[in-house]
Amino acid sequence: MKNIKYSTSILFSLIFGLSIYASSSESISIDKPESKANKTSIKEYITHHLKDNHSYFLTYWKDKTGKKVYLELPLPVILYDNGLHIFMSSKLKHGKAIVESKGNFYKLNYDESKIYKTDKEGAFINQVPLDFSITKNIATIILVAILMFFLFRGLANSFQTNKGISSGLGRFFEPIILYIRDEIAIPNIGEKKYKNYMSFLLTVFFFVWFLNMLGLTPLGVNVTGNIAVTFSLALLTFLITNLTANKNYWGHIFWMPGVPVLIKIVLAPIELLGVFIKPFSLLIRLYANIQAGHIVLYSLIGLMFIFNNMIGQSLSFVLAFFISIIEILVALLQAYIFTMLSALYFGFAVAEEDH
Amino acid sequence: MEKLLSEFSIGLFFWQTIIFIFLILLLKKYAWKPILDAVNEREQGIKNALLSAEKAREEMASLQSDNEETLKKARLERDGLLKEAREIKQKLIDDAKNEANVEAKKIIIQAQETIESEKNAAIIDLKNQVADLSVEIAEKVLKEKLSDDKSQMSLVKELVKDVTLK
Repeated sequence: MKNIKYSTSILFSLIFGLSIYASSSESISIDKPESKANKTSIKEYITHHLKDNHSYFLTYWKDKTGKKVYLELPLPVILYDNGLHIFMSSKLKHGKAIVESKGNFYKLNYDESKIYKTDKEGAFINQVPLDFSITKNIATIILVAILMFFLFRGLANSFQTNKGISSGLGRFFEPIILYIRDEIAIPNIGEKKYKNYMSFLLTVFFFVWFLNMLGLTPLGVNVTGNIAVTFSLALLTFLITNLTANKNYWGHIFWMPGVPVLIKIVLAPIELLGVFIKPFSLLIRLYANIQAGHIVLYSLIGLMFIFNNMIGQSLSFVLAFFISIIEILVALLQAYIFTMLSALYFGFAVAEEDH
Repeated sequence: MEKLLSEFSIGLFFWQTIIFIFLILLLKKYAWKPILDAVNEREQGIKNALLSAEKAREEMASLQSDNEETLKKARLERDGLLKEAREIKQKLIDDAKNEANVEAKKIIIQAQETIESEKNAAIIDLKNQVADLSVEIAEKVLKEKLSDDKSQMSLVKELVKDVTLK
């Protein structure tokens, strides 16, 4: 039986390029009938899922001896700690192994999804190396980037080969591109300057939307619900807004025209604060919405395993189903809001003095 | 907030920023620009097509009205020509009639004059012949009746006096 499992795992790994290994430790009691253990394990599962991960975990099963067999894609770990340390995440063995690299020892803290430096015996010394690993989220980002490139490159090509009329899969996205141009960019930024911002707006919209949608698949990624990602996106909006801003924009911040001098002085710090708050609200909004959606959805799915009766289980199934549908809507809505507000801020930055 | 900060992964931020900027630049060059250009071009094409269709329609309409006008003008001209022809015809006829009348009158007058002069000549001729005849008759009568010249002459004179010319 074990042999069969192993041969299937090898087959899987041959097909999907995944590494599968059996963990030597005892399994955590995820399917124990006691609901308390169940609850904690589900809670752990959810918190773990919300975090980034060093490998692309898909699923696991137990073989006859109770060993866990993981089906996952190992990703490269890149650490900067007086020189680069690069190794595959499969070496970390979910925090159960100490990895030695160029004389340093590292160990994964599974609960925090963080790699710490350890001494030879594997005891944590309170040192965190700079972690530039290609984590699950980054792998997903790269995947989405590649997907987007081929999708929209295909759309662009279809225009040329089909005499100005799109065809193929990209055709579905053409009206969305036009919508972003006609309903988001032009009304907010203005006919004259909207073209400079189109690339950012289109990229950010599809990027956020696709990542939001991927987060709802059983792949279980939570990219846009990660503060670092939303921070990066909002930072770009902030930089573009302020680097392309004209005199009029700064005039409105530091010396609001058309109000008494005293109010001008009061308004200046408020407006200056607003410069930072606007993009900050962007990053928090996207992060919180996606994060909350994931927590709710996972909790409802987890409820199905906690309830021991059919009524509770079916009820939480129906709830989870509807929340999933709402989340699909939220995925689009949040991408729209992010793009819309970015366009609005760009519009402020390039507005001409005409009131 | 502290939790957020501890969750913040510099590596993720770093890669996300680099990949995203790279993605924007790549898509800008290979996707957005060609797509937006193509869409713009298509929209411009549609606009132009609509405009030219409108123009063609207007041209058509003006052509039609032109045609109508020309037709109207032609009809008027034709009417005018016909009227003129009719007038000319009438005039020709009238002229001919007048001329004929005048000629006829002239001929009649000439004829009358000729008749008159012929008549006069005939009268004179007749007078002369009557005179000659009378003289001959008288001569014969007198030759027979009158023996002397005297009585003869007085008789002749008397006779001639009685004769009135008609």
